[in-house]
Amino acid sequence: MKYEIIVVGGGHAGCEAALACARKKHKTLLITTNIKNIADMPCNPSIGGSAKGIVVREIDALGGEMGKIADLAQIQMKMLNYKKGPAIRALRAQADKTTYPKEMIKVLDNEDNLDILEDTVTNLIVEDKKIKGVVTEKNNKIFSASVILTTGTYMKANILIGDKRTVSGPHGEKTSKFLSEDLAKLGFQIIRLKTGTPPRIAKDSIDFSVLQEEKGDNIHWSFSFDNIPNYNIENQTPCYLTYTNEKTHSIIKQNINKSSMYGGIEGKLGIGPRYCPSIEDKIVRFSDKERHQLFLEPESLYYDDIYIQGFSTSMPIDIQEQMVHSLKGLEKAKILKNAYAIEYDAIYPTILKQSLETKIIENLYTAGQINGTSGYEEAACQGLIAGINASLKLEGKDPLILKRSDAYIGVLIDDLVTKGIKDPYRLLTSRAEYRLLLRHDNADLRLRKYGYEVGLIDEKRYQKLVNKENKIKELENYLKENRINPTKENNEFLKNIDSSPLKDSASIYELLKRPEVTIEKLQEIINIKADKDIIEQVEINIKYEGYIKKAQKEAEKINKLENKKIPENIDYDKVVNIASEARQKLKEVRPTSIGQALRISGVNPPDISILMIYIKKENHERATI
Amino acid sequence: MNDTIAAISTSLGVGAISIIRVSGDEAINIVNKIFKGKDLNKVKTHTIHYGYIIDQEKLIDEVLVTVLLGPKTFTKENVVEINAHGGIATTNRILELLLSNGCRLADPGEFTKRAFLNGRIDLTQAEGVMNLINAKTEKARLIALNEVKGNVSNLIRNLRQQILEILANIEVNIDYPEYEDIEVVTNEKLISKIKDIEDELKRILNESRNGKILTEGITVSIVGKPNVGKSSLLNKLLDEEKAIVTDIEGTTRDCVEGTLNINGVLFRFIDTAGIRKTDDIVESIGVKKSLELIEQAQLVIYLLNNNEELTEDDLQILNNVMTKNHIVVVNKIDLKTKLDYNKLPKDFIQMSIANNEGIDTLKNRIKDLFNLEQFETNDLTYLTNSKNIAIIKQCLEKIDDINQGIKTNIPTDIIEIDIKEIWNLLGSIIGETYEDELIDQLFSQFCLGK
Repeated sequence: MKYEIIVVGGGHAGCEAALACARKKHKTLLITTNIKNIADMPCNPSIGGSAKGIVVREIDALGGEMGKIADLAQIQMKMLNYKKGPAIRALRAQADKTTYPKEMIKVLDNEDNLDILEDTVTNLIVEDKKIKGVVTEKNNKIFSASVILTTGTYMKANILIGDKRTVSGPHGEKTSKFLSEDLAKLGFQIIRLKTGTPPRIAKDSIDFSVLQEEKGDNIHWSFSFDNIPNYNIENQTPCYLTYTNEKTHSIIKQNINKSSMYGGIEGKLGIGPRYCPSIEDKIVRFSDKERHQLFLEPESLYYDDIYIQGFSTSMPIDIQEQMVHSLKGLEKAKILKNAYAIEYDAIYPTILKQSLETKIIENLYTAGQINGTSGYEEAACQGLIAGINASLKLEGKDPLILKRSDAYIGVLIDDLVTKGIKDPYRLLTSRAEYRLLLRHDNADLRLRKYGYEVGLIDEKRYQKLVNKENKIKELENYLKENRINPTKENNEFLKNIDSSPLKDSASIYELLKRPEVTIEKLQEIINIKADKDIIEQVEINIKYEGYIKKAQKEAEKINKLENKKIPENIDYDKVVNIASEARQKLKEVRPTSIGQALRISGVNPPDISILMIYIKKENHERATI
Repeated sequence: MNDTIAAISTSLGVGAISIIRVSGDEAINIVNKIFKGKDLNKVKTHTIHYGYIIDQEKLIDEVLVTVLLGPKTFTKENVVEINAHGGIATTNRILELLLSNGCRLADPGEFTKRAFLNGRIDLTQAEGVMNLINAKTEKARLIALNEVKGNVSNLIRNLRQQILEILANIEVNIDYPEYEDIEVVTNEKLISKIKDIEDELKRILNESRNGKILTEGITVSIVGKPNVGKSSLLNKLLDEEKAIVTDIEGTTRDCVEGTLNINGVLFRFIDTAGIRKTDDIVESIGVKKSLELIEQAQLVIYLLNNNEELTEDDLQILNNVMTKNHIVVVNKIDLKTKLDYNKLPKDFIQMSIANNEGIDTLKNRIKDLFNLEQFETNDLTYLTNSKNIAIIKQCLEKIDDINQGIKTNIPTDIIEIDIKEIWNLLGSIIGETYEDELIDQLFSQFCLGK
């Protein structure tokens, strides 16, 4: 057997990676320990959310699959922050845990250049610091030019419940024991991480009548730019809201030392995510809070599990029972699956280049939880980028590296390879410097051209983008060229929408700068023909013009620093006067540009000044020789 | 490796002793070569030793040598300070000896540069040192000392912390929109928080203007027609302060005719075309020249002749004078009044230089104009560098943008762009935000790359 690219793992990263490679016409093999678990959603039954929702749109713009599948699997859609500014809106779907993998497997099965193999990878075949293939349990050696590791939580996975530690994957599957040892031998720094999940409850054992219902939006939404959503808005499945209370808190406090997190378990624990802490963690850390919000989310239309979002715990089973029963509406709840925490091995991600290729083994790429991230969306976007870049390398082309001002994907990867991680990395809106540029609504305008260039967006879809761009320009020109006169009628209209009357004529464009004036309202006095999505873009451009320009200016300033390249072979020991912590970090990360160097924690502006002087001097000396 | 630098760090020929400072890896070895006394390689750090500087066998001077091992020194490098007996010839001789034994003559500000590059001090502190070196009055020296101690950095750091808390709260709101029990920062709530920051920025700016005045002094032009008594006035002002009059030609951009210290503030009288020229030479200072002088000055003293009528030219100049800090003085009140007082600002000063009348009134007016009395009581924690003052002004412009944004209902998360910008700007003052231009400027100030 001989393949161009082998993808190890069939989770969200693996699926996107395999699809990208196969669609770029490379003979690809996806190896998974259990075909049934392909594209599985072992944790929350939702896709998207703040920042993550924007990532799903970015994946779609680049030609990835997650957005399309999420549209098929959604049972409730919500645009978060809809009433706030456009820069922070993000789509979130309750996704059916049965439909999502089913639809993804369909797509994988239909891909010509893609084979799927059920097996477990134990070792990598490496020669001269170059990957040559993998060794599996059943099939021995399989050779390939590139390998993409997307092993998720399966490297040395342990399940923790209370004081019990079991060697197992999330669904009791076998885990990959040898691979992380092999990676350590090859020179990767292995770190131990942990993530938790809440109990699942039988739907008919919950009294929903006493709980607050959370419905989907009344507007149609879709993740994919290629889908026109037509689901029945009325048929969206509701979620419910409940809260922890005094009783819950006292149960937790009394039993805190039984939690595996708080000393209930022998031995050292992996590091858990700061941004989705367990309920016992929240109660210890925010002890003055009287209650914590919990969301009851249906996992699927095809079975009865309800997921208690915000209630992940590693308490023993009997305590979990008491905790759940203390919640309003869940007094008689039946637990179908207990909460657990899972520990797993990951690699410290500063070993990666921005292309997601490892620095120490050529043609070996890693993506997803193995790189220390958490979340389906974070995994999927890395898988896509690793797939694209593994393919581009085989084609002898430069990798696709998205800048922080291009995409949240760029922010995520840059953070990983530059700053490393302390806990499982979750993408947050606040990690991006240029939120106003990285909106959910303009992901296609930002990224589709890259998708087209790398060959994942076909001509037809690309033309659709070009059309959209043209229409935006046309509408903007129309609004600039056409004026509204201070007639009695027009001023009457303005008065009615609480806007001050005109003294002189003004272009529609100028008038739209007023916050209370919108194109929709203006239709009353002037006929403006344009599609909804075109109007949205134009209005955002007009209303936030000043701020967008500021953000662009800021981004350009930073990009200037990105363009100041650090020579690849620089010897940091020769740069005198750099603080020793900075020197060590620079040696570890080996940033490609001054911009990247600045983002390394522990490297301070004075260190950068010194580095700049050194590089200038070196260049100068080289030039004069 | 850094080479070892040496320089004379006291003014030549002034004072009873002079200090020659050496810094670098080889500092101790090099001094040891020309020192007769203990073996400096074997002494403890931060100790002082008596001995002689020798050239081969010849005694040059009797000295005290301070040995300071890095990193607990100003430059973080090994430092040796030689306290010699002063005298230009001897001090220069010692420096030459050091240079011929392997030291390099330090560039201006190079010790400070090394302190900065070695992470001993931050940017404001580095600038403080530069100011300290250049300080001309006692108060300027105190301010510079404060900067070196990092008081200014702390001021900025506290303000940045305040801003960071606002930023963090806004970001939490964005990332956890579904959690209803986190305080939401709305534009309404932002108003008072922004006001606090604005007040603090304004306070810093106000005091910094004073600080700038204290360190850089105030440039003064005396403007007026020929024969009105400009040179007499200047001489009068300077004569009375003989002790402080110094000739610092070439040290500033302007050609300074003389300096006057009032309440610790240096007033520098500028004139590029002949206030001092004798009166029998026909002066050719026309309107154009006068306007240039007005433009350059921070204070304009406009001198008029009581015995002459106002011309159109006079009025044109007067109009320009009014745009600046100005004092209108009518001289020669001992002569017959031909001047129309109604056309002058009400607070003009009547003077007769010949009879020594009105000079004190003028000085008091200058004190009032610049609040010089108040300077005595302030805590002297100011930004003294024009670049930093400009940054504070930029921050205040951003505050205007923020308030404008709040007024036009721009979403809080977008207004945050301006708040973040203020945070970045303040960071650049203390060197915590990397600013490319700043570093370039710093390079030029510290003569890097030479």
